[in-house]
Amino acid sequence: MAAVLESLLREEVSVAAAVRWIARSAQSSEEDAGEAAALRSLQPLRKEFVPFLLNFLREQSSRVVPQGPPTPAKAPGSSAALPGRPGGPPRGGRGARSQLFPPTEPLSAAAEAPSARRGGRRRGAGPARERGGRGPGSLEEGVGAESLLWAGSRRPRAAGSPGSPSRARCDPPNLSNLEEFPPVGSVPPGGAGTRPSRRINPTPVSEERSLSKPKTCFTSPPISCVPGAQPSVLDSSPWGQGPAAGCRSLQEEREMLRKERSKQLQQSPAPACPTPEPGSTLPTRTGSLTAEPADPAKVSSRQRLELVALVYSACIAENLVPNLFLELFFVLQLLTARRMVAAKDSDLEPSPGVLDSLESPLFQSVHDCVFFAVQVLEHQFQAMMGQLSAACSHSHFVRLFQKQLLQMCQSPGGAGGTILGEAPDVLNMLGADKLGRLRRLQERLAAPQSSCGPCPPPSFPGCQGFFRDFILSASSFQFNQHLMDSLSLKIRELNSLVLPHPEPSDEDGESDVDWQGERRQFAVVLLSLRLLAKFLGFVAFLPYRGPEPPPTRELQDSILALRSQVPPVLDVRALLQQGLRAHRAVLTVPWLVEFLSLADHIVPMLDYYRSIFTLLLHLHRSLVLSKDGEGEMCFLNKLLLLAVLGWLFQIPTVPEDLFFVEEGQVDVFEVDTKTSEHGLDGVPVVDQHLLYTCCPYIGELRKLLASWVSGSSGRSGGFVRKITPTTTTSLGALPLRTTQGLQAQLAQAFFHNQPPSLRRTVEFVAERIGSNCVKHIKATLVADLVRQAESLLQEQLVTQRQEGGDPGQLLEILCSQLCPHGAQALTQGREFCQKKSPGAVQALLPEETPAAVLSSAENIAVGLATEKACTWLSANITALIRREVKAAVSRMLRAQGPEPAVREDRRGCSRACEHHAPLPSHLISEIKDVLSVAVGPRDPEEGVSPEHLEQLVGQLGQTLRCRQVKTWQHALLVCPCMWLITRATLAQGCYSKDGANIQGLLAFSPQFLCPPAEQHLAKCSVELASLLVADQIPVLGPPTQHRLERGQARRLLHMLLSLWKDDFQVPVPLQLLLRPRNVGLLADTRPREWDLLLFLLRELVEKGLMGQKEIEACLDSLHEAQWPEDFAEELATLFNLFLAEPQVPEPQLRACELVQPNRGTVLAQS
Amino acid sequence: MILTKAQYDEIAQCLVSVPPTRQSLRKLKQRFPSQSQATLLSIFSQEYQKHIKRTHAKHHTSEAIESYYQRYLDGVGKNGAAPVLLELANEVDYAPSLMARIILERFLQEHKETPPSKSVINSLLRDPSQIPDGVLANQVYQCIVNDCCYGPLVDCIKHAIGHEHEILLRDLLLEKNLSFLDEDQLRAKGYDKTPDFILQVPIAVEGHIIHWIESKASFGDECSHHAYLHDQFWSYWNRFGPGLVIYWYGFIQELDCNRERGILLKACFPTDIVTLCHGAAAP
Repeated sequence: MAAVLESLLREEVSVAAAVRWIARSAQSSEEDAGEAAALRSLQPLRKEFVPFLLNFLREQSSRVVPQGPPTPAKAPGSSAALPGRPGGPPRGGRGARSQLFPPTEPLSAAAEAPSARRGGRRRGAGPARERGGRGPGSLEEGVGAESLLWAGSRRPRAAGSPGSPSRARCDPPNLSNLEEFPPVGSVPPGGAGTRPSRRINPTPVSEERSLSKPKTCFTSPPISCVPGAQPSVLDSSPWGQGPAAGCRSLQEEREMLRKERSKQLQQSPAPACPTPEPGSTLPTRTGSLTAEPADPAKVSSRQRLELVALVYSACIAENLVPNLFLELFFVLQLLTARRMVAAKDSDLEPSPGVLDSLESPLFQSVHDCVFFAVQVLEHQFQAMMGQLSAACSHSHFVRLFQKQLLQMCQSPGGAGGTILGEAPDVLNMLGADKLGRLRRLQERLAAPQSSCGPCPPPSFPGCQGFFRDFILSASSFQFNQHLMDSLSLKIRELNSLVLPHPEPSDEDGESDVDWQGERRQFAVVLLSLRLLAKFLGFVAFLPYRGPEPPPTRELQDSILALRSQVPPVLDVRALLQQGLRAHRAVLTVPWLVEFLSLADHIVPMLDYYRSIFTLLLHLHRSLVLSKDGEGEMCFLNKLLLLAVLGWLFQIPTVPEDLFFVEEGQVDVFEVDTKTSEHGLDGVPVVDQHLLYTCCPYIGELRKLLASWVSGSSGRSGGFVRKITPTTTTSLGALPLRTTQGLQAQLAQAFFHNQPPSLRRTVEFVAERIGSNCVKHIKATLVADLVRQAESLLQEQLVTQRQEGGDPGQLLEILCSQLCPHGAQALTQGREFCQKKSPGAVQALLPEETPAAVLSSAENIAVGLATEKACTWLSANITALIRREVKAAVSRMLRAQGPEPAVREDRRGCSRACEHHAPLPSHLISEIKDVLSVAVGPRDPEEGVSPEHLEQLVGQLGQTLRCRQVKTWQHALLVCPCMWLITRATLAQGCYSKDGANIQGLLAFSPQFLCPPAEQHLAKCSVELASLLVADQIPVLGPPTQHRLERGQARRLLHMLLSLWKDDFQVPVPLQLLLRPRNVGLLADTRPREWDLLLFLLRELVEKGLMGQKEIEACLDSLHEAQWPEDFAEELATLFNLFLAEPQVPEPQLRACELVQPNRGTVLAQS
Repeated sequence: MILTKAQYDEIAQCLVSVPPTRQSLRKLKQRFPSQSQATLLSIFSQEYQKHIKRTHAKHHTSEAIESYYQRYLDGVGKNGAAPVLLELANEVDYAPSLMARIILERFLQEHKETPPSKSVINSLLRDPSQIPDGVLANQVYQCIVNDCCYGPLVDCIKHAIGHEHEILLRDLLLEKNLSFLDEDQLRAKGYDKTPDFILQVPIAVEGHIIHWIESKASFGDECSHHAYLHDQFWSYWNRFGPGLVIYWYGFIQELDCNRERGILLKACFPTDIVTLCHGAAAP
């Protein structure tokens, strides 16, 4: 096989001929005789050529850092079929490349062996931490060979055991599974932009992986990483596929960093073209510390690569490869390669002698890989798009595209963050402050000089350019359609994503303090949406884009007429309206702007889009920055919207007259910038960093000012880039301007020579104490204010009920009274941090820490904790108090229900109460039984004893009086404000004054008697009274005495009256007594006795339970019911009697009621 | 009161086609004197509810409603004071309160132009004295006070029992010094599905670690337990880990088969509790 390739490389055989030879068994006539002869001899090997080529490429590229999983090599049978290694068992479960290394080339392997051995051993012994410090790329790079060897030597029963089919041989990568796509660039933190696939993929447990985890390597000493047997194993490893890391000294790392910087400096700010060197833009944007930009000038053997690429492309074009996507995957891997495994260029410097031979490695550097990939892509892309005929292929590819787009274009904060974050051991030496400076410096160096003034046209910076050009050069209708579908779907999905923000009722301070997580997530979602929308806009309006608006009016009109019939690719208007309604404009508008920014000239004239612009315009007008009140959008949120909208209105495609149009047709949708509690708009999700990321042009202002300050204008494009050179050593020499700055620098210097753990401890303590401080303030100061609010509210409610007011106003009044007290929070916070931090630092540092060091560490911890706490408190305390008061007020209003008066006299148990009262459910059940016996039907022997009745009413009293003091203890535990009150009242000894408040609060603590049960008890007690009055309760006892004695009945009624008056805390439905049904109970008795009813009515008036007028009204309405004639007459008499008897003092009533003969009885008998 | 499946079946067998009146309950208590009243009532109530669920539909056909209404009218026409509605319900083997609802609804349909809303019906059932027809008001009231499985009073009792047992459990937890978060606190924190109590520090009950406790003031029969497992307990388990369910009125012994999987059943507050010992490092 190698011979074929070699003859190709030596140009003995043309590519076309080779491909023809591979593709067809029969020779075609046009073939050159020489070629035919050369190839004929190889005829038996023909069918094995393609597998060989594929394996060769995989093998060759294995030394290049692959991104993600290795592309499975071709053809299960191929290696087995290779001469010299018949049916050889696979050597490992994972590394398909190494497994399929062609053993038919013992010569080349042998020739390479010494250098490989050399390199391998040295690398193996090199500092392991380098391997670990490199991020995802380095994690994968070792897997191919190194870990396989480890697995072989250490774990003989691991995946590579003979007979177990290797994963690579059985499973081509699942293209529908996005997880298997190579990760380019680090995944943005938070990961919200890339939602994991819903499909659950069984994760194979891999020993290799765990062994090659960077962390283990990083923390353990280098030697321990390498098993003793390894060097010898490595020796047998062909091509020097030893452990990944090269031995680089720090000096070398620095050297690279310097190179990197200078490269970035040189890089042109304009978006780079993708071909012929798309790689030049890719790795720099996304790469890690060691990412090497591909450079066509550094391609080692251009000719050879071109040839192989040609053959490879031809194979792909002729569909000679089994899996198109696999090859695409592979090519993309090469394209996104970051660096070589073999570190030294000098090691592999190709000598001219071996240039044409297969003996020298094909891919010697990233440059080679990228060059090869680009060559192949040039040959194939359009061709491949043509082949992607099946719709599902398109959709798969589109998903890959989208995923790749998001990952590559979103490495957060440019390259800086990742670079510096991942090489801590080098850069930690500089100290955090220096690190920050270095980062800023790097950002400034890497940043383009200017982003074309304060209002640049839409552009595709960085690797976005690659994707744009990809779309342009693919120019595949199907692809674009699928891309639009996919982007639309993703946009919808992200746009409706529920972003967590702290609930108003959230008790936990954590979410307040550690807001950054939510902000970060929002930022990730927002940036993803903008990116996706931009590309959607690009693709959607691509067919219509032109440099100029249509020349003539007629043409324009006809285009308009046509275009207005085309449905929009994504119903952005609905999404916008939805966003505005849901108060999520801060999320929806920025991406919509990106989408619209790529519209063509016609779009703003279409009715559909015009209405969107109008809506946006109206929104723009309504976002007045100076308005800052309750329910307003947060300042930075507004600013972001204003910035992006302003930018949109200035884009050339948006006609100028649009902005200055009369606002006549705003009726489309009323824009409401008032935010609701649950909308995102009211949550401070936008920070300055996000604002600058979304609107880099805002930075122009700063540049302008800077250039004015530096006094230089006009030079070098107008703006000057000022970089003050600083070095580590010059730290002391810098002028120290303020005491504070000096202190900060002293603190930095203090940590410089202390063990890192000291710094970590101090920072940890500060972080936790700061957070706890906020929680403490919430539980003390804020809770105290809430309590004040509650008592103020009680007073206000009483007044308001008389005057009739609005609870909303009440809240405002309360807040205005209480919020100023929030200022105390800072003092208290400072005290808290001062008190708590030193102890924690002391506990966490070693006993032996010198006193001076300890006290400095304590002081720094106090300072940092205070800073953290006070920063948060000063920004949020007012809002917090407001929120808590609001929650408390609504809780109280809810608990009080429509009749707040009822709750006012809530009482607890008396001191004597032993809490042995029967349970309410038991009482309801018992009373229900009495009622059912009384109402019937009943068995002859059924009845109620008078004692039982009295006992029941007595128990009812007990139950009503036993009001929850038992759970005080717990109430105090769970409700700090209760604890505060108790503490305060106990301290001041002012039970009488604040006692009522405690009782009031007690009403909200749980108790056995819940309001519904109490209401039912009240109702049942009234029914019982009705039965007593009508003498309807069958009494147990001797057959002669089936009725309750009058005295007993009266005693029971007295008891009930007393319960109604004193013990029930819910309204008692006494008017039931005078409903026709209840009064009608009297109609059945013979002789009718009205005295008890009269007695009851009088007592009700007497005790103030019912008003005279109320009773009169009830009696009056009784006349309306249909009664037997005699009953109606008696009722009328009773009414008159009740009216005639004026509201009299006790003695007269007593006389009326108790003196024989009873008037009621007389009345009934007369 | 933990019953074996056989014991439970024996009780359930006695409840077939028994009207839900206090007389039936009395007989049941006499038949099973060793069982607690609350347990018997709970079993009775659950069995009766199952029965009603099975037969509910046939009482709500328009033919059935018409025939019931006609029989009611005939009955009260003869004697308004007789327990017409109650006897009708018992005769057709339907809950008196539900029969009252059917008749009331039918009555209002006849006397009002618009069909009555559900809330109107409910409010009239809660306070029958507002029913415009005096006879019907009495009949409805009689049905409600005589029904021990359905109706507003029974609903209130059930609700109160549930509430009281939660308070009871809370007090027991406090007594044992076990700190917890209750349902309200958890809801305030944003949890949607929460047990009655989550222990802030897990405990071991009879050797099983538990994180939460759910109070059920009912008897745990197969039907209800499986429904609870599906709707509640496994969800709690998913969110918070293993936990304890207290069926205050007992349960079928055989149902306590998920102990190893993380759902422990008890009929009372556990006594065998092991708590985490702070500071007591193992020797």
